[in-house]
Amino acid sequence: MDKVVYLDNNATTKVDPRVVEVMSPYFSEFYGNPSSMHDFGGKVGQKIKEAREQVKNFMGAALASEIVFTASGSESANMAIRGVLEVSKKLKHIVTTKIEHPCVLNLYKSLEKEGYKVDYLSVDNEGNIDPQELEDAVNEETVLVSIMYANNETGIIFPVEKFAEIVKKKNPKTKFFVDAVQAAGKIKLDVKNTQIDLMGISGHKIHAPKGIGALYIRKGTIVMPLIVGGHQERGKRAGTENVPYIIGLGKACELAQAYLEDEVNRVKCLRDKLEQGIISLIPNARLNAAVENRVPNTSNIGFQYIEGELILLHMSDAGICASSGSACTSGSLEPSHVLRAMGIPFTALHGSIRFSLSRFTTEAEIDYVLEKLPGIIAKLNALSPFQKELKAINAL
Amino acid sequence: MWDYSEKVMEHYRNPKNVGSIDNADAIGEAGSLACGDMLKLYLKIDDNGIITDAKFQTFGCGSAVASSSILTEMIIGKHIDEVKKITNKDIVDELGGLPPEKMHCSVMGHEALESAIANYYGEEVSACPEEKIVCLCAFKPENEIRKVIKEKNLKSIEEVVAETGAGSGCGRCHANIEKLIKEAQKPVIELSGMSKTQQIIKINNVIERFIADELRKDGGDIELVDVDGNNVYVKLRGACASCKNSVMTLKYFVENTLRDHISPDIEVVEV
Repeated sequence: MDKVVYLDNNATTKVDPRVVEVMSPYFSEFYGNPSSMHDFGGKVGQKIKEAREQVKNFMGAALASEIVFTASGSESANMAIRGVLEVSKKLKHIVTTKIEHPCVLNLYKSLEKEGYKVDYLSVDNEGNIDPQELEDAVNEETVLVSIMYANNETGIIFPVEKFAEIVKKKNPKTKFFVDAVQAAGKIKLDVKNTQIDLMGISGHKIHAPKGIGALYIRKGTIVMPLIVGGHQERGKRAGTENVPYIIGLGKACELAQAYLEDEVNRVKCLRDKLEQGIISLIPNARLNAAVENRVPNTSNIGFQYIEGELILLHMSDAGICASSGSACTSGSLEPSHVLRAMGIPFTALHGSIRFSLSRFTTEAEIDYVLEKLPGIIAKLNALSPFQKELKAINAL
Repeated sequence: MWDYSEKVMEHYRNPKNVGSIDNADAIGEAGSLACGDMLKLYLKIDDNGIITDAKFQTFGCGSAVASSSILTEMIIGKHIDEVKKITNKDIVDELGGLPPEKMHCSVMGHEALESAIANYYGEEVSACPEEKIVCLCAFKPENEIRKVIKEKNLKSIEEVVAETGAGSGCGRCHANIEKLIKEAQKPVIELSGMSKTQQIIKINNVIERFIADELRKDGGDIELVDVDGNNVYVKLRGACASCKNSVMTLKYFVENTLRDHISPDIEVVEV
């Protein structure tokens, strides 16, 4: 492949070479089973303990025992949600939002078929949730509230710590799950100082490999396991530990924490440069979210009167990788459920592109996009049947 | 990433015959902005009925652009009678295939061509929802599936797949098939059994709750004028009044929404 400018980091990220480095000895060299009695396996168990400590610090948990390793963000969400519902089988009311990730939304769709009543909170034009609507939705039957920390498509951050207070005030028994997959590595997590009961993260969004995730389960919160078998993860998730990946996730968390303190502003500057550049260079581009209150790496821009897949294909020809909405929704041809919930007009809805940066994004790459994109959009504008409308926008 | 053929890629990368024709002899249109796909086709036709030039403008994905582009190549230099025989399958074949989920792009090309030919002969474009293809993989129209569901009293998607073949491919149409099953089970509200005031209140409720806001988002509006039997007379206002897609808006969006919520026999008539 020729030049690649990768601005699709909310889909997945490059594994940091420092992560690969700490993982590699644990395939063929130190391959022992951490549950074994011999020292060869025991040493591996020690490394898992370290990794758990790293993840604990990264998520801001009080205790390492509150961290369970899973295989993905989806598994973390499924374990949290199903695990809580299994414990309180009589209660059948759940509150979530319209803009959750499909991995969570589709689970709620199946739960509805199983007899649960699910309320989906709406969002305003800027993508924000009304705290009053949340308060009104929670009642004594509510077993679970689940709200994402940051949206994968728009990057909008939700005040989940405040939401947790609202939920607990209304019904202290209701469990609160936060899908923090898109917040992790972009804003500081500090779960111990909140009333959040469960929080999920995914490794491959923070420069660890695909196939590893973690779930924070606050001490005292009972969650029934999804996978029953051995005693691993204190009985919460059976199956021999995925040793190298757990060690990799630990390292990725450590790196992400350091990066949050030192470097996150650099990514925000690059994102803002990209966003402002596109808006000023391309007349039919509009920002699909509030300017404030977003994770620093994400920008969602609607190109009016042209279609998103076509933009992606032409950008891809120029080596630029981005995404139109969530990759999970793109296979279904439906316009993004997140942007629809925000009431983004049809003129921009179908032509919305998400750019997501990472710590590996360089200024030269942003300059390259700003150099190439106006030409691509102009070429595609010429294809549009809405020439009159585009001319009117140009004249503004 | 879709598995596009070389030909599809060539045509979305460098589409042929892009643009409009001043003084076109025929103009055809299909799709709408709201649906995410729209195609405008311009034809120049000489006295002998030969298409001497064709141009297109498309709002749509890679395969929509490729379908439009190749369609123009397929029809230039041909007689209009010959062009009439082109089907959406021909467009797909010419492109070297399309992913099953993208078959509707070729359908749109075919519809725009039909609309242009009708326009050339001075006919009104018929956007008959009964002919709507529900399953694009097996090319099954809505009226056929509806009929089999009713006749055989089918209750699940699996039964519909087994009986009709619809829904056996990509599975994209399962939600629509489910809707048809639900519709068949729903006791039909007889509009004729209500007083006129009841009818108007009922219809206005559906318009306000499910239709008007959508149109207003695009700068349009709608007004209920009268109800007579199963005929619902409406007036489109604002941007909708001057919109060339108003036939599509009426037939696909307004009529289908009213049919879903009130009765499958409703016909919407613009006044």
